[in-house]
Amino acid sequence: MENVIEVNNLCKRFGDFTAVDHISFHVCKGEIFGFLGANGAGKTTAMRMLCGLSFPTEGEGRVAGFDISREAEQVKRHIGHMSQKFSLYEDLTVRENIRLYAGIYGVPDKETTERMESLLRKLDFSGEGDTLVAALPLGWKQKLAFSVSIFHRPEVVFLDEPTGGVDPTTRRQFWEMIYEAAAAGITVFVTTHYMDEAEYCDRVSIMVDGRIEALDSPGRLKEQFGVGTMGGVFDHLARKAKRGE
Amino acid sequence: MKQFLAFVKKEFFHILRDPRTMLILLAMPVVQILLFGFALSTDVQNVRVAILTPKTTVDVNRIAFCLGQTSHFDFWGYLHTETDADSLLRNGLADAVLAFNGAPTPQHPFGKEVCIILNGADPNTASMQNTYIAQMIQNTLLRMQEEKGESRPKVQAGIRLLYNPQMKSSYNFVPGIMGMIMILICAMMTSVAIVREKETGTMEILLVSPMKPLVIMVAKMVPYFLLACVNLATILLLARYVLDIPIAGSLFWIIAISLIYILLALAFGLLISTLVETQVAAMLISAIVLMMPIILLSGMIFPRESMPSILQYVSNIIPTTWYISAMRKLMIQGVDISAVIKELCILSGTLATILFAAVHKFKIRLE
Repeated sequence: MENVIEVNNLCKRFGDFTAVDHISFHVCKGEIFGFLGANGAGKTTAMRMLCGLSFPTEGEGRVAGFDISREAEQVKRHIGHMSQKFSLYEDLTVRENIRLYAGIYGVPDKETTERMESLLRKLDFSGEGDTLVAALPLGWKQKLAFSVSIFHRPEVVFLDEPTGGVDPTTRRQFWEMIYEAAAAGITVFVTTHYMDEAEYCDRVSIMVDGRIEALDSPGRLKEQFGVGTMGGVFDHLARKAKRGE
Repeated sequence: MKQFLAFVKKEFFHILRDPRTMLILLAMPVVQILLFGFALSTDVQNVRVAILTPKTTVDVNRIAFCLGQTSHFDFWGYLHTETDADSLLRNGLADAVLAFNGAPTPQHPFGKEVCIILNGADPNTASMQNTYIAQMIQNTLLRMQEEKGESRPKVQAGIRLLYNPQMKSSYNFVPGIMGMIMILICAMMTSVAIVREKETGTMEILLVSPMKPLVIMVAKMVPYFLLACVNLATILLLARYVLDIPIAGSLFWIIAISLIYILLALAFGLLISTLVETQVAAMLISAIVLMMPIILLSGMIFPRESMPSILQYVSNIIPTTWYISAMRKLMIQGVDISAVIKELCILSGTLATILFAAVHKFKIRLE
């Protein structure tokens, strides 16, 4: 199967501190890849390198076929990103937000209109297209933010704790959207603190102190550590961490 | 290009949908020009003068009549004792008392000595009033001598005020307000707008997008640049047609230097936004580091010449000082561009330096 993300011995040092310590992994096309780790384990730094926001100190990586050190601009063109902070403009309407991001990613106008209207129908937002985003409930905002992040049909979408602060029902709906995106061939790279969400991933990696300590499907990881839940696996590994928060 | 336009459009939405921003951007320049032009002027207007005299003669009446004639003075009335004069001033019923001591005689129509009693609590105003009253008495005396057929003194010091013959304070204020408004709109509003994106987390999304950071910055500045141009036009029109300030020099150079100054202010805003993380911090830095020195030290309100020399040095490093100086020369004195070459060079040099620092700093932040 085609690898959308390939990482070899990726390293990031800030002075004496090694935030990401020689990590290697790959993610296949259409896979949902869970990227777990306690706070301070180096997840965010690793993700920033994959998104072309930060240069690796050592090692190499390819995202969507482009080198993350040398072709950062191309990488950015082919990925989507949704961060833990809510990232749409509150003082713009739903349609204006979509048009803005479509414009930034260079989606042609005609296509934007078609895709936008079908998206609004699909999300049941048709009546809210001209509502200011500030007036929407949080769950709706998150769903909209996700839809916007894959609006330009990227090859990979990076989700940084996308469901923080969202109620269980909306979280389930959110994961249905993730499955749908994966089925449409978009690779999903997701970080989360919710262990039940880790169970929904095809494969999961767990970072401890800048290194990847475990990487496999949730089922095999539970078997390997002899515990019943992903929470058990995580606790088992996180206990070894020497770095604090 | 399409990216850029989509982004500029979004930036306009932010401004247009925030009534507070709109108010600051569009209403403030107009309000300030009108305030400084009409209300906050230091012009001598309607000063209430009472006359203290032991006896009311034709000549004294004539002075009273002259006081009532001009818009500078209002004649309050006659007083006959010093206690009356004192209580009048104390109670704030009059601003000045013109005291004639001694009985009037044909040789001394106003008694032995003339004394102007003023409220020294506000020294600037008092000294202005003093000048006006003294001059009025002088003129009246000369006219009286002429009428009696006496010759004028051989040598007489005449005063001719160049550029601003009516001594209107708005001539002085308008260039200052231009210097302040541009910093307010361009530096403060731009830095707050950029930092807001950092605070809400949208900056992260923009940095992950294929938009180049420099393009993001330029796109964020474009609306403020346009608004500053609108304000420049508004201020110049108000100054010319409402405050009746003649724009004496070349309009081309006034606009050219103002555009350099607007860009300088934008560069300041950009630099501030790279240094701070929160909107409050951006606002405070703009207010304390930029606005305060500009208002107090740039010569906008207080003349630079009367500052202690150390403050004059500080004043020299404020770009607004040079902008205001250039605008006064061009607008009021109507001099040729060759007379403001120094200001032009200083402003351009500062612009280049600040812009370089801001862009340099911004790149470092990305990696």
